[in-house]
Amino acid sequence: MAEKKSAKPKKSKVGLLSSIFAVVIGLLVGFIILLICNPAQAVPGFLTILTGSFTHGMRGVGQIFYYATPIILTGLSVGFAFKTGLFNIGAPGQFMVGSLGAVAIGIACEGLGPVHWLIALLGGMAMGAVWGAVPGILKAHFNVNEVISSIMMNYIGMYMTNWTVKSSTVLFNTLRNESKNVAVTANLPKAGLDVLFPGSSVNSGFIIAVVAVILIWVLLYKTKLGYELQACGFNRFASKYAGINEKRNIMMAMVIAGALSGLAGAIVMLAGSGSHITVKDVIASEGFTGIAVALLGLSHPFGVLFAGMFIAYLTAGGFYLQLFQFSTEIIDIIVAVIIYFSAFALFVKLLIDKLSKKKEISKEGGEK
Amino acid sequence: MQVIIFIVQQTMYFSIPLLIVALGAMFAERSGIINIAMEGIMIMGAFTGILFLNLTGNSMSGQLQLIIAIIISVVTGMVFSLFHAYASINMKADQTISGTALNMFAPAFAIFVARVIQGVQQVQFTNTFRTDVPVLKDIPVLGPMFFQGAYITTYLGIIILIVSTVVLYRTRFGLRLRSCGENPHAADAAGINVYKMQYAGTLISGALAGLGGLVFVVPTSVNFNADVAGYGFLAIAVLIFGQWHPIKIFGASLFFGVMKAISASYSGIPFLAGLGIPSYFYKMFPYIVTLVVLIFTSKNSQAPKAEGKPFDKGQR
Repeated sequence: MAEKKSAKPKKSKVGLLSSIFAVVIGLLVGFIILLICNPAQAVPGFLTILTGSFTHGMRGVGQIFYYATPIILTGLSVGFAFKTGLFNIGAPGQFMVGSLGAVAIGIACEGLGPVHWLIALLGGMAMGAVWGAVPGILKAHFNVNEVISSIMMNYIGMYMTNWTVKSSTVLFNTLRNESKNVAVTANLPKAGLDVLFPGSSVNSGFIIAVVAVILIWVLLYKTKLGYELQACGFNRFASKYAGINEKRNIMMAMVIAGALSGLAGAIVMLAGSGSHITVKDVIASEGFTGIAVALLGLSHPFGVLFAGMFIAYLTAGGFYLQLFQFSTEIIDIIVAVIIYFSAFALFVKLLIDKLSKKKEISKEGGEK
Repeated sequence: MQVIIFIVQQTMYFSIPLLIVALGAMFAERSGIINIAMEGIMIMGAFTGILFLNLTGNSMSGQLQLIIAIIISVVTGMVFSLFHAYASINMKADQTISGTALNMFAPAFAIFVARVIQGVQQVQFTNTFRTDVPVLKDIPVLGPMFFQGAYITTYLGIIILIVSTVVLYRTRFGLRLRSCGENPHAADAAGINVYKMQYAGTLISGALAGLGGLVFVVPTSVNFNADVAGYGFLAIAVLIFGQWHPIKIFGASLFFGVMKAISASYSGIPFLAGLGIPSYFYKMFPYIVTLVVLIFTSKNSQAPKAEGKPFDKGQR
């Protein structure tokens, strides 16, 4: 029995192994690049990437959680959409309009008191949901490829956010070409995390992200809606004939995915750590990192949580790289290589099959 | 008159790179490979080309320098697109994933290498590439519009358009390439090497994207900052807007080019400045129009039928 199991590895096991394989290759490529650029500093530089975040005490650890928060949420957004058969490359746009919603409410709606931050968060989520809904509706009713419409929505969202911020005297800080500070009441509560990790920027946003991960897990695997959403992901037409309203489900999936990315944008803006909407025609990188997080986490909510933590860990370590005259872009290179090789799942599967076959042969040889 | 000449020239600066890159994406998709990595390949092509311009400075004549830079960008694009080809053809990987990875890799790599070589991430270059075309420049109206102070890359773009159209519809290679995008199994049964065709399509897309990156940066900037302003993604929109057909792609890229030119320079045009429409409107407009066009065309899209699906010989 045991032999049969090893000969036919489970799908999740293959996925996990291919993720590990990709991570190892990614780190290896990063090390080689460091080695080519500056052989003398390569080893300490590489060790800094791997351990840097732990060398600065609890503050360093807190920063990991802080960096992880938005990319866990955008990763969850992309991963959730993957589970329902959609590629939400629109996460950056949803992230940007989400931050716009949060900043607008955070600045303009003073006097809401202790629920101000909550309203601002919900505002960001709502904006993200609207931005996700458009590709969803177009996909469900007009058969428009969601990748292309999401890319369009990214640019529309970016220009609209910049336009709104820049043309509004309430929101715009002309001196610094960015949005003004949100009201103090709109800042997310620290929830005691500032005591646990003194000096770091971590706040209750991380707790919200973890709650979101759990909620999405429950939704996907424990509810009827989740079952239907996944069924549509596997085969839209089969689901339709099985009596599932596939159009509604596609739209629902994109709305939820959009809301998650919008929430990510809102949390960044309401963190009270000096984040503003900068009026610059650049697409938010947190959204694209979310795609990386989702792919690395195999689109599973808990996988996304770990992948987000892992990439945040590398990013935090990468900040200390500047001590060794390396620029932090090496982290992006490593992540890109990891994503590239995570697409090689088939290759890993063949490799595993080969290895387990060899094992069997050697076992048989031993028996003889 | 001055204003119109100015607008036409600006339009060319924006349209030609879009045209070149969209034609590149067309070759990939017609062979059945979705190449969403056009943005990344553009960045890599522009990076090596501009780096060459930066390093050689004023050591040779402008036109010769530009031609060598073009060759370097094309080769870079082809080499970089090999990664996408290998993942999507040999490894049968998800083509959007591998494309996303390349898009992430390129800007990080360009910044990292630029910092290592010269300390800062912006790569400067001196623009000595404007030229007048003899004889043609004296034609009234058309002369100043197209043949004075022009870049040879503009004419290169038009040549690529003509060659692409002929290759795709009038050669054996074009027919085979298209058949691989529509029905690779039938193509395979007819004795066409589908893998080879898909490699060809992806490599052409890489070559044109690399070239497009350089062509975009040279007339519109004096330094390169690991960024092509989303033109790779925009080119994919142009491709769909143009329904995978070279001539229609040309029309679509002209439309996007005009909008970009207006948003970049509308304040200098009395007629448009008087309308009081903010530049952000012109910036957003092409994307909104693309969305609307998608709604009307997606039901019976002309997209290659087998695009994005890894070809597995033993599947049928």
